[in-house]
Amino acid sequence: MSYFSDIYEGIKTLLTGMSVTGKYFITSRKGAITQQYPDNRETLKMFDRFRGEVIMPHNEDNEHRCTGCQKCEIACPNGTIEIIWDRGIDEETGKKKKKIDQFVYHLSMCTMCGLCIDVCPTDAIEWGQNFENSVYDRTTLTRVLNEPNSKLMPGVED
Amino acid sequence: MILLSITENIHNWLFSVMPAEVASIVEMVLIAVVYLTVFAVAGLFLVLLERRVAAWFQLRIGPNRVGYQGLLQTMADAIKLLTKELVGTDRADKFLYNLAPYFVIITALMALAVIPFSQEFHAFDINIGIFFLIAISSIGVIGILLGGWSSNNKFAMIGAMRSGVQTISYELSVGLSLLTMVVITGTLQLSEIIEIQKSGWLIVQGHIPAVIAFMVFMISGTAETNRAPFDMVEAESELGAGFHTEYSGMKFAYFFLAEFINMFIIAAIAATVFFGGWLSPFGITESIPELGVFWFLIKTMVLVFLMMWFRWTFPRLRVDQLLTLEWKYLLPINLVNIVLMAVLVWLNLTIRL
Ligand code: SF4
Ligand code: SF4
Repeated sequence: MSYFSDIYEGIKTLLTGMSVTGKYFITSRKGAITQQYPDNRETLKMFDRFRGEVIMPHNEDNEHRCTGCQKCEIACPNGTIEIIWDRGIDEETGKKKKKIDQFVYHLSMCTMCGLCIDVCPTDAIEWGQNFENSVYDRTTLTRVLNEPNSKLMPGVED
Repeated sequence: MILLSITENIHNWLFSVMPAEVASIVEMVLIAVVYLTVFAVAGLFLVLLERRVAAWFQLRIGPNRVGYQGLLQTMADAIKLLTKELVGTDRADKFLYNLAPYFVIITALMALAVIPFSQEFHAFDINIGIFFLIAISSIGVIGILLGGWSSNNKFAMIGAMRSGVQTISYELSVGLSLLTMVVITGTLQLSEIIEIQKSGWLIVQGHIPAVIAFMVFMISGTAETNRAPFDMVEAESELGAGFHTEYSGMKFAYFFLAEFINMFIIAAIAATVFFGGWLSPFGITESIPELGVFWFLIKTMVLVFLMMWFRWTFPRLRVDQLLTLEWKYLLPINLVNIVLMAVLVWLNLTIRL
Protein backbone atom coordinates (compact mmCIF):
# COMPACT_ATOMS: atom_id res chain seq x y z
CA MET A 1 0.00 0.00 0.00
CA SER A 2 2.99 2.24 0.43
CA TYR A 3 3.04 2.44 -3.37
CA PHE A 4 0.12 4.85 -3.46
CA SER A 5 1.19 6.80 -0.40
CA ASP A 6 4.60 7.17 -2.07
CA ILE A 7 2.95 8.70 -5.11
CA TYR A 8 0.91 10.99 -2.90
CA GLU A 9 3.95 12.04 -0.87
CA GLY A 10 5.94 12.55 -4.05
CA ILE A 11 3.38 14.83 -5.64
CA LYS A 12 2.88 16.72 -2.39
CA THR A 13 6.58 17.41 -1.87
CA LEU A 14 7.03 18.41 -5.50
CA LEU A 15 4.18 20.90 -5.18
CA THR A 16 5.69 22.27 -1.97
CA GLY A 17 8.94 22.86 -3.80
CA MET A 18 7.17 24.52 -6.69
CA SER A 19 5.26 26.83 -4.39
CA VAL A 20 8.51 27.97 -2.80
CA THR A 21 10.15 28.81 -6.11
CA GLY A 22 6.87 30.25 -7.36
CA LYS A 23 6.88 32.68 -4.47
CA TYR A 24 10.45 33.65 -5.31
CA PHE A 25 9.47 34.18 -8.91
CA ILE A 26 6.71 36.60 -7.99
CA THR A 27 8.70 38.54 -5.41
CA SER A 28 11.97 38.54 -7.33
CA ARG A 29 11.44 42.07 -8.61
CA LYS A 30 11.67 43.53 -5.14
CA GLY A 31 14.11 41.09 -3.63
CA ALA A 32 16.67 40.71 -6.40
CA ILE A 33 20.10 40.25 -4.90
CA THR A 34 21.91 41.28 -8.05
CA GLN A 35 23.52 44.71 -7.82
CA GLN A 36 23.74 46.51 -11.13
CA TYR A 37 27.13 47.71 -10.04
CA PRO A 38 28.55 50.46 -12.19
CA ASP A 39 25.08 51.99 -12.51
CA ASN A 40 24.41 52.24 -8.81
CA ARG A 41 27.94 53.09 -7.79
CA GLU A 42 26.77 56.18 -5.88
CA THR A 43 24.17 54.42 -3.79
CA LEU A 44 25.79 51.01 -3.43
CA LYS A 45 26.42 50.16 0.20
CA MET A 46 28.42 47.06 0.97
CA PHE A 47 27.17 44.94 3.83
CA ASP A 48 28.86 45.17 7.21
CA ARG A 49 30.64 41.85 7.18
CA PHE A 50 32.24 42.42 3.81
CA ARG A 51 36.02 42.12 3.95
CA GLY A 52 37.43 44.66 1.55
CA GLU A 53 40.63 45.84 3.16
CA VAL A 54 42.12 46.44 6.60
CA ILE A 55 41.72 49.99 7.81
CA MET A 56 42.68 51.86 10.92
CA PRO A 57 40.01 54.29 12.06
CA HIS A 58 41.04 57.63 13.46
CA ASN A 59 38.95 59.96 15.58
CA GLU A 60 38.53 63.65 14.87
CA ASP A 61 41.67 64.60 16.84
CA ASN A 62 43.69 62.37 14.49
CA GLU A 63 44.16 59.75 17.15
CA HIS A 64 44.21 56.00 16.59
CA ARG A 65 44.21 53.06 18.99
CA CYS A 66 47.33 51.24 17.86
CA THR A 67 49.90 50.75 20.61
CA GLY A 68 52.49 49.24 18.34
CA CYS A 69 52.46 45.90 20.10
CA GLN A 70 53.13 44.13 16.78
CA LYS A 71 50.79 41.27 17.55
CA CYS A 72 49.12 41.70 14.20
CA GLU A 73 52.44 41.59 12.42
CA ILE A 74 53.24 38.26 14.08
CA ALA A 75 49.78 36.85 13.48
CA CYS A 76 49.68 37.62 9.78
CA PRO A 77 50.47 34.46 7.82
CA ASN A 78 51.61 36.38 4.76
CA GLY A 79 53.80 39.08 6.16
CA THR A 80 51.33 41.66 4.97
CA ILE A 81 51.74 43.99 7.90
CA GLU A 82 54.98 45.74 8.71
CA ILE A 83 55.14 47.93 11.75
CA ILE A 84 57.88 50.50 11.80
CA TRP A 85 58.17 51.67 15.38
CA ASP A 86 60.26 53.89 17.46
CA ARG A 87 60.83 54.70 21.10
CA GLY A 88 59.60 58.13 22.01
CA ILE A 89 59.22 60.11 25.22
CA ASP A 90 55.77 59.97 26.65
CA GLU A 91 54.60 63.53 27.41
CA GLU A 92 52.72 62.72 30.60
CA THR A 93 55.05 60.29 32.35
CA GLY A 94 58.32 61.31 30.79
CA LYS A 95 59.27 57.68 30.31
CA LYS A 96 60.53 56.13 27.13
CA LYS A 97 57.73 54.29 25.35
CA LYS A 98 57.17 52.21 22.18
CA LYS A 99 55.00 53.84 19.56
CA ILE A 100 54.34 53.33 15.89
CA ASP A 101 55.97 55.38 13.23
CA GLN A 102 54.29 53.74 10.23
CA PHE A 103 51.76 50.93 10.04
CA VAL A 104 52.57 49.55 6.57
CA TYR A 105 49.90 47.35 5.00
CA HIS A 106 50.49 45.55 1.69
CA LEU A 107 46.99 45.06 0.36
CA SER A 108 48.37 43.05 -2.54
CA MET A 109 49.54 40.33 -0.15
CA CYS A 110 46.50 40.25 2.11
CA THR A 111 44.21 37.22 1.92
CA MET A 112 41.52 38.84 4.08
CA CYS A 113 41.84 36.11 6.66
CA GLY A 114 41.11 38.48 9.51
CA LEU A 115 43.68 37.13 11.95
CA CYS A 116 45.23 40.54 12.50
CA ILE A 117 41.89 42.05 13.41
CA ASP A 118 41.04 39.18 15.76
CA VAL A 119 44.36 39.38 17.50
CA CYS A 120 44.59 43.13 18.07
CA PRO A 121 44.17 43.71 21.82
CA THR A 122 42.99 47.31 21.43
CA ASP A 123 40.74 46.94 18.37
CA ALA A 124 42.87 49.40 16.48
CA ILE A 125 42.22 47.93 13.05
CA GLU A 126 39.03 46.73 11.41
CA TRP A 127 37.48 45.83 8.07
CA GLY A 128 36.87 48.49 5.46
CA GLN A 129 34.16 47.97 2.83
CA ASN A 130 36.00 49.43 -0.13
CA PHE A 131 36.32 46.89 -2.92
CA GLU A 132 37.47 48.97 -5.89
CA ASN A 133 41.07 48.00 -5.46
CA SER A 134 42.20 47.43 -9.01
CA VAL A 135 45.09 49.69 -9.96
CA TYR A 136 47.63 49.96 -12.73
CA ASP A 137 50.64 50.11 -10.45
CA ARG A 138 50.87 47.74 -7.56
CA THR A 139 53.02 50.00 -5.45
CA THR A 140 49.85 51.98 -4.77
CA LEU A 141 48.56 48.93 -2.93
CA THR A 142 51.14 49.42 -0.21
CA ARG A 143 49.49 51.70 2.27
CA VAL A 144 50.40 53.42 5.47
CA LEU A 145 47.35 53.04 7.64
CA ASN A 146 48.10 55.57 10.34
CA GLU A 147 47.61 59.15 9.24
CA PRO A 148 50.62 61.48 9.26
CA ASN A 149 51.18 63.09 12.68
CA SER A 150 48.54 60.91 14.26
CA LYS A 151 49.10 59.71 17.79
CA LEU A 152 47.80 57.16 20.21
CA MET A 153 44.44 57.82 21.72
CA PRO A 154 44.93 58.47 25.44
CA GLY A 155 43.59 55.79 27.75
CA VAL A 156 43.81 52.94 25.28
CA GLU A 157 46.68 51.28 27.05
CA ASP A 158 45.02 51.08 30.45
CA MET B 1 -7.08 36.42 -43.27
CA ILE B 2 -4.65 38.90 -44.77
CA LEU B 3 -1.92 36.33 -44.36
CA LEU B 4 -4.13 33.74 -45.96
CA SER B 5 -4.83 35.91 -49.01
CA ILE B 6 -1.10 36.59 -49.40
CA THR B 7 -0.30 32.90 -49.35
CA GLU B 8 -3.22 32.29 -51.69
CA ASN B 9 -1.82 34.86 -54.13
CA ILE B 10 1.67 33.41 -54.01
CA HIS B 11 0.22 29.97 -54.57
CA ASN B 12 -1.74 31.08 -57.64
CA TRP B 13 1.17 33.05 -59.04
CA LEU B 14 3.56 30.10 -58.64
CA PHE B 15 1.19 27.75 -60.41
CA SER B 16 0.67 30.22 -63.23
CA VAL B 17 4.37 30.73 -64.05
CA MET B 18 5.62 27.14 -63.86
CA PRO B 19 4.42 23.57 -64.27
CA ALA B 20 2.45 22.14 -61.37
CA GLU B 21 5.15 19.73 -60.12
CA VAL B 22 7.86 22.39 -60.00
CA ALA B 23 5.48 24.87 -58.42
CA SER B 24 4.56 22.53 -55.59
CA ILE B 25 8.22 21.79 -54.89
CA VAL B 26 9.02 25.51 -54.88
CA GLU B 27 6.11 26.01 -52.54
CA MET B 28 7.42 23.38 -50.14
CA VAL B 29 10.86 24.96 -50.17
CA LEU B 30 9.34 28.38 -49.48
CA ILE B 31 7.32 27.04 -46.57
CA ALA B 32 10.41 25.29 -45.20
CA VAL B 33 12.41 28.51 -45.39
CA VAL B 34 9.67 30.45 -43.62
CA TYR B 35 9.45 27.83 -40.88
CA LEU B 36 13.23 27.76 -40.50
CA THR B 37 13.58 31.49 -40.05
CA VAL B 38 10.54 31.86 -37.83
CA PHE B 39 11.58 29.06 -35.52
CA ALA B 40 15.25 29.88 -35.42
CA VAL B 41 14.26 33.33 -34.16
CA ALA B 42 11.54 31.94 -31.89
CA GLY B 43 14.03 29.46 -30.46
CA LEU B 44 16.43 32.28 -29.71
CA PHE B 45 13.72 34.15 -27.87
CA LEU B 46 12.82 31.02 -25.93
CA VAL B 47 16.44 30.86 -24.78
CA LEU B 48 16.18 34.44 -23.64
CA LEU B 49 12.89 33.75 -21.89
CA GLU B 50 14.42 30.78 -20.12
CA ARG B 51 17.32 32.88 -18.92
CA ARG B 52 15.13 35.67 -17.61
CA VAL B 53 12.71 33.26 -15.94
CA ALA B 54 15.61 31.35 -14.39
CA ALA B 55 17.00 34.60 -13.09
CA TRP B 56 13.69 35.55 -11.51
CA PHE B 57 13.38 32.16 -9.87
CA GLN B 58 16.82 32.62 -8.38
CA LEU B 59 16.27 36.21 -7.28
CA ARG B 60 18.59 37.53 -9.93
CA ILE B 61 17.91 39.97 -12.76
CA GLY B 62 19.15 38.12 -15.82
CA PRO B 63 20.49 39.48 -19.11
CA ASN B 64 19.23 43.05 -19.50
CA ARG B 65 21.99 44.93 -21.29
CA VAL B 66 21.79 44.10 -24.99
CA GLY B 67 18.81 45.88 -26.43
CA TYR B 68 15.77 46.88 -24.41
CA GLN B 69 15.65 44.57 -21.36
CA GLY B 70 18.17 42.29 -23.05
CA LEU B 71 15.88 41.44 -25.95
CA LEU B 72 18.78 41.13 -28.40
CA GLN B 73 21.03 39.14 -26.07
CA THR B 74 20.52 35.74 -27.64
CA MET B 75 20.73 37.22 -31.15
CA ALA B 76 24.14 38.55 -30.24
CA ASP B 77 25.06 35.17 -28.78
CA ALA B 78 24.04 33.42 -31.98
CA ILE B 79 26.14 35.81 -34.06
CA LYS B 80 29.06 35.22 -31.72
CA LEU B 81 28.66 31.46 -32.07
CA LEU B 82 28.50 31.78 -35.87
CA THR B 83 31.88 33.46 -35.94
CA LYS B 84 33.55 30.91 -33.69
CA GLU B 85 35.96 28.28 -34.85
CA LEU B 86 34.61 24.74 -35.06
CA VAL B 87 37.01 22.74 -32.95
CA GLY B 88 36.80 18.97 -33.22
CA THR B 89 38.55 16.20 -31.34
CA ASP B 90 41.39 14.09 -32.60
CA ARG B 91 40.38 10.67 -33.95
CA ALA B 92 36.72 11.55 -33.81
CA ASP B 93 34.49 9.86 -36.35
CA LYS B 94 34.35 12.99 -38.50
CA PHE B 95 31.39 12.03 -40.66
CA LEU B 96 29.05 11.09 -37.81
CA TYR B 97 30.42 13.89 -35.68
CA ASN B 98 29.39 16.44 -38.26
CA LEU B 99 26.10 14.73 -39.02
CA ALA B 100 24.79 14.55 -35.44
CA PRO B 101 23.73 18.19 -34.90
CA TYR B 102 21.75 18.18 -38.14
CA PHE B 103 19.88 15.06 -37.06
CA VAL B 104 18.82 16.79 -33.89
CA ILE B 105 17.81 20.12 -35.38
CA ILE B 106 16.12 18.68 -38.47
CA THR B 107 13.92 16.30 -36.48
CA ALA B 108 12.98 19.14 -34.18
CA LEU B 109 11.95 21.27 -37.14
CA MET B 110 10.14 18.39 -38.86
CA ALA B 111 7.92 17.87 -35.86
CA LEU B 112 6.88 21.52 -36.09
CA ALA B 113 5.39 20.95 -39.51
CA VAL B 114 2.40 19.00 -38.24
CA ILE B 115 1.53 21.30 -35.36
CA PRO B 116 -1.56 23.40 -36.06
CA PHE B 117 -0.87 26.99 -35.05
CA SER B 118 -4.29 28.09 -36.16
CA GLN B 119 -6.97 26.91 -38.51
CA GLU B 120 -5.00 28.02 -41.58
CA PHE B 121 -1.45 28.14 -40.27
CA HIS B 122 -0.82 24.43 -40.50
CA ALA B 123 1.93 23.27 -42.82
CA PHE B 124 1.25 19.55 -43.07
CA ASP B 125 -2.03 18.07 -41.89
CA ILE B 126 -1.58 14.31 -42.20
CA ASN B 127 -4.07 11.79 -40.92
CA ILE B 128 -1.47 10.17 -38.64
CA GLY B 129 -0.45 13.44 -37.00
CA ILE B 130 0.13 12.22 -33.44
CA PHE B 131 1.81 9.05 -34.61
CA PHE B 132 4.12 11.14 -36.78
CA LEU B 133 4.99 13.37 -33.83
CA ILE B 134 5.82 10.43 -31.59
CA ALA B 135 7.91 8.83 -34.31
CA ILE B 136 9.78 11.98 -35.25
CA SER B 137 10.51 13.03 -31.71
CA SER B 138 12.31 9.75 -31.06
CA ILE B 139 14.61 10.17 -34.05
CA GLY B 140 16.25 13.14 -32.34
CA VAL B 141 17.86 10.81 -29.84
CA ILE B 142 19.82 9.18 -32.66
CA GLY B 143 21.54 12.50 -33.19
CA ILE B 144 22.42 12.64 -29.51
CA LEU B 145 23.71 9.07 -29.53
CA LEU B 146 25.76 9.71 -32.67
CA GLY B 147 27.17 12.93 -31.28
CA GLY B 148 28.19 11.28 -28.03
CA TRP B 149 29.60 8.22 -29.70
CA SER B 150 31.58 9.90 -32.42
CA SER B 151 33.24 12.68 -30.46
CA ASN B 152 35.80 10.35 -28.83
CA ASN B 153 35.25 11.64 -25.34
CA LYS B 154 34.20 9.61 -22.34
CA PHE B 155 31.87 12.25 -20.94
CA ALA B 156 30.09 12.57 -24.25
CA MET B 157 29.87 8.79 -24.45
CA ILE B 158 28.32 8.42 -20.99
CA GLY B 159 25.92 11.25 -21.73
CA ALA B 160 24.83 9.62 -24.96
CA MET B 161 24.29 6.25 -23.31
CA ARG B 162 22.22 7.84 -20.57
CA SER B 163 20.22 9.62 -23.20
CA GLY B 164 19.51 6.31 -24.89
CA VAL B 165 18.26 4.78 -21.65
CA GLN B 166 16.19 7.79 -20.81
CA THR B 167 14.55 8.40 -24.15
CA ILE B 168 13.71 4.76 -24.80
CA SER B 169 12.04 4.54 -21.38
CA TYR B 170 10.12 7.77 -21.49
CA GLU B 171 9.10 7.41 -25.11
CA LEU B 172 6.66 4.77 -23.88
CA SER B 173 4.96 7.11 -21.47
CA VAL B 174 4.72 9.93 -23.99
CA GLY B 175 3.14 7.59 -26.50
CA LEU B 176 0.76 5.95 -24.05
CA SER B 177 -0.44 9.19 -22.52
CA LEU B 178 -1.20 10.55 -25.98
CA LEU B 179 -2.92 7.27 -26.84
CA THR B 180 -5.14 7.74 -23.80
CA MET B 181 -6.40 10.92 -25.41
CA VAL B 182 -6.71 9.27 -28.80
CA VAL B 183 -9.16 6.84 -27.16
CA ILE B 184 -11.49 9.83 -26.74
CA THR B 185 -10.87 11.52 -30.05
CA GLY B 186 -10.83 8.38 -32.16
CA THR B 187 -8.54 10.10 -34.65
CA LEU B 188 -4.84 10.81 -34.96
CA GLN B 189 -5.25 13.82 -37.22
CA LEU B 190 -4.44 16.97 -35.28
CA SER B 191 -6.96 19.21 -37.04
CA GLU B 192 -9.76 16.75 -36.25
CA ILE B 193 -8.60 16.46 -32.66
CA ILE B 194 -9.08 20.20 -32.35
CA GLU B 195 -12.42 19.99 -34.15
CA ILE B 196 -13.63 17.52 -31.50
CA GLN B 197 -12.57 19.90 -28.74
CA LYS B 198 -15.11 22.47 -29.87
CA SER B 199 -17.41 20.69 -27.42
CA GLY B 200 -15.01 21.12 -24.51
CA TRP B 201 -11.27 20.80 -24.20
CA LEU B 202 -10.14 17.22 -23.89
CA ILE B 203 -8.85 17.73 -20.37
CA VAL B 204 -12.44 18.60 -19.42
CA GLN B 205 -14.05 15.95 -21.61
CA GLY B 206 -11.90 13.19 -20.20
CA HIS B 207 -11.80 14.63 -16.64
CA ILE B 208 -9.91 12.26 -14.24
CA PRO B 209 -8.01 10.06 -16.69
CA ALA B 210 -7.26 13.09 -18.84
CA VAL B 211 -5.73 14.95 -15.93
CA ILE B 212 -3.62 11.92 -15.07
CA ALA B 213 -2.60 11.58 -18.70
CA PHE B 214 -1.68 15.26 -18.78
CA MET B 215 0.52 14.91 -15.71
CA VAL B 216 2.22 11.84 -17.11
CA PHE B 217 2.71 13.59 -20.43
CA MET B 218 4.28 16.66 -18.84
CA ILE B 219 6.68 14.53 -16.76
CA SER B 220 7.74 12.26 -19.57
CA GLY B 221 7.78 15.15 -22.04
CA THR B 222 10.24 16.98 -19.82
CA ALA B 223 12.32 13.81 -19.73
CA GLU B 224 12.11 13.54 -23.52
CA THR B 225 13.62 16.97 -23.99
CA ASN B 226 16.46 16.13 -21.57
CA ARG B 227 15.71 19.09 -19.37
CA ALA B 228 16.22 19.27 -15.63
CA PRO B 229 15.24 17.41 -13.46
CA PHE B 230 15.95 14.79 -16.12
CA ASP B 231 19.08 16.40 -17.58
CA MET B 232 21.37 13.49 -16.90
CA VAL B 233 22.40 13.61 -20.51
CA GLU B 234 24.09 16.93 -19.93
CA ALA B 235 24.56 16.90 -16.15
CA GLU B 236 27.02 19.79 -15.99
CA SER B 237 28.32 18.80 -12.58
CA GLU B 238 29.06 15.23 -13.60
CA LEU B 239 29.81 15.16 -17.30
CA GLY B 240 31.05 18.56 -18.36
CA ALA B 241 28.36 19.17 -20.93
CA GLY B 242 27.43 15.58 -21.68
CA PHE B 243 26.92 14.58 -25.30
CA HIS B 244 27.83 17.99 -26.70
CA THR B 245 31.02 18.44 -24.68
CA GLU B 246 33.15 18.39 -27.83
CA TYR B 247 30.96 20.61 -29.96
CA SER B 248 31.65 24.28 -30.44
CA GLY B 249 30.42 27.20 -32.47
CA MET B 250 27.34 26.74 -34.58
CA LYS B 251 27.12 22.98 -34.08
CA PHE B 252 26.77 23.54 -30.39
CA ALA B 253 24.16 26.18 -31.12
CA TYR B 254 22.16 23.62 -33.13
CA PHE B 255 22.00 21.29 -30.14
CA PHE B 256 21.08 24.15 -27.90
CA LEU B 257 18.40 25.46 -30.22
CA ALA B 258 17.00 21.96 -30.74
CA GLU B 259 16.54 21.57 -27.01
CA PHE B 260 14.42 24.69 -26.89
CA ILE B 261 12.45 23.87 -30.00
CA ASN B 262 11.76 20.44 -28.53
CA MET B 263 10.52 22.05 -25.37
CA PHE B 264 8.24 24.23 -27.47
CA ILE B 265 7.02 21.14 -29.35
CA ILE B 266 6.18 19.22 -26.18
CA ALA B 267 4.29 22.22 -24.86
CA ALA B 268 2.56 22.67 -28.21
CA ILE B 269 1.46 19.04 -28.33
CA ALA B 270 0.12 19.30 -24.79
CA ALA B 271 -1.70 22.50 -25.68
CA THR B 272 -3.18 20.91 -28.79
CA VAL B 273 -4.18 17.58 -27.32
CA PHE B 274 -5.29 18.64 -23.85
CA PHE B 275 -6.16 22.32 -24.04
CA GLY B 276 -7.81 22.75 -27.38
CA GLY B 277 -4.94 24.17 -29.45
CA TRP B 278 -6.00 27.37 -31.14
CA LEU B 279 -9.55 27.26 -29.80
CA SER B 280 -10.39 30.15 -27.54
CA PRO B 281 -11.64 29.36 -24.03
CA PHE B 282 -15.48 28.98 -24.09
CA GLY B 283 -15.36 30.08 -27.72
CA ILE B 284 -15.22 33.77 -26.78
CA THR B 285 -13.42 34.82 -29.94
CA GLU B 286 -14.87 32.24 -32.28
CA SER B 287 -15.91 34.96 -34.72
CA ILE B 288 -12.32 36.19 -35.13
CA PRO B 289 -10.32 33.21 -36.39
CA GLU B 290 -7.12 35.32 -36.61
CA LEU B 291 -6.83 35.11 -32.84
CA GLY B 292 -6.20 31.36 -33.11
CA VAL B 293 -2.44 31.82 -33.23
CA PHE B 294 -2.65 34.07 -30.20
CA TRP B 295 -4.57 31.54 -28.10
CA PHE B 296 -2.32 28.74 -29.24
CA LEU B 297 0.81 30.67 -28.28
CA ILE B 298 -0.64 31.68 -24.91
CA LYS B 299 -1.44 28.09 -24.02
CA THR B 300 1.94 26.88 -25.24
CA MET B 301 3.80 29.58 -23.37
CA VAL B 302 2.02 28.76 -20.12
CA LEU B 303 3.09 25.14 -20.50
CA VAL B 304 6.62 26.18 -21.45
CA PHE B 305 6.69 28.27 -18.31
CA LEU B 306 5.56 25.22 -16.34
CA MET B 307 8.50 23.26 -17.72
CA MET B 308 10.87 26.08 -16.81
CA TRP B 309 9.35 26.10 -13.36
CA PHE B 310 10.14 22.37 -13.07
CA ARG B 311 13.65 22.97 -14.22
CA TRP B 312 14.51 25.63 -11.71
CA THR B 313 12.83 23.89 -8.80
CA PHE B 314 13.72 20.22 -8.80
CA PRO B 315 17.14 18.65 -8.32
CA ARG B 316 18.48 16.20 -10.87
CA LEU B 317 17.47 12.54 -10.52
CA ARG B 318 19.90 9.65 -10.32
CA VAL B 319 19.81 7.17 -13.18
CA ASP B 320 18.23 4.43 -11.07
CA GLN B 321 15.63 6.84 -9.71
CA LEU B 322 14.85 7.89 -13.26
CA LEU B 323 14.22 4.31 -14.31
CA THR B 324 12.23 3.56 -11.17
CA LEU B 325 10.01 6.53 -11.86
CA GLU B 326 9.33 5.39 -15.38
CA TRP B 327 9.02 1.63 -15.08
CA LYS B 328 7.48 1.33 -11.62
CA TYR B 329 5.28 4.39 -11.52
CA LEU B 330 4.53 6.16 -14.79
CA LEU B 331 4.12 3.11 -16.97
CA PRO B 332 1.73 1.08 -14.75
CA ILE B 333 -0.29 4.20 -13.98
CA ASN B 334 -0.46 4.91 -17.65
CA LEU B 335 -1.66 1.44 -18.56
CA VAL B 336 -4.36 1.49 -15.89
CA ASN B 337 -5.27 4.97 -17.05
CA ILE B 338 -5.74 3.91 -20.64
CA VAL B 339 -8.14 1.14 -19.53
CA LEU B 340 -9.97 3.61 -17.32
CA MET B 341 -10.33 5.97 -20.25
CA ALA B 342 -11.59 3.18 -22.47
CA VAL B 343 -14.22 2.24 -19.89
CA LEU B 344 -15.20 5.87 -19.61
CA VAL B 345 -15.66 6.24 -23.34
CA TRP B 346 -17.49 2.92 -23.51
CA LEU B 347 -19.97 3.90 -20.78
CA ASN B 348 -20.29 7.40 -22.27
CA LEU B 349 -19.14 9.08 -19.07
CA THR B 350 -17.15 11.80 -20.83
CA ILE B 351 -18.27 15.36 -20.26
CA ARG B 352 -19.51 17.08 -23.40
CA LEU B 353 -20.65 20.63 -23.36
S1 SF4 C 1 43.72 39.87 7.08
FE1 SF4 C 1 45.17 38.16 7.30
S2 SF4 C 1 46.52 38.39 5.54
FE2 SF4 C 1 45.46 40.33 5.75
S3 SF4 C 1 46.77 41.58 7.00
FE3 SF4 C 1 45.37 40.58 8.40
S4 SF4 C 1 46.39 38.72 9.07
FE4 SF4 C 1 47.49 39.46 7.25
S1 SF4 D 1 47.09 47.19 15.18
FE1 SF4 D 1 46.62 46.21 17.13
S2 SF4 D 1 47.84 44.34 17.13
FE2 SF4 D 1 48.66 45.60 15.51
S3 SF4 D 1 50.33 46.72 16.47
FE3 SF4 D 1 48.55 48.04 16.65
S4 SF4 D 1 47.66 47.53 18.59
FE4 SF4 D 1 49.08 45.87 18.13
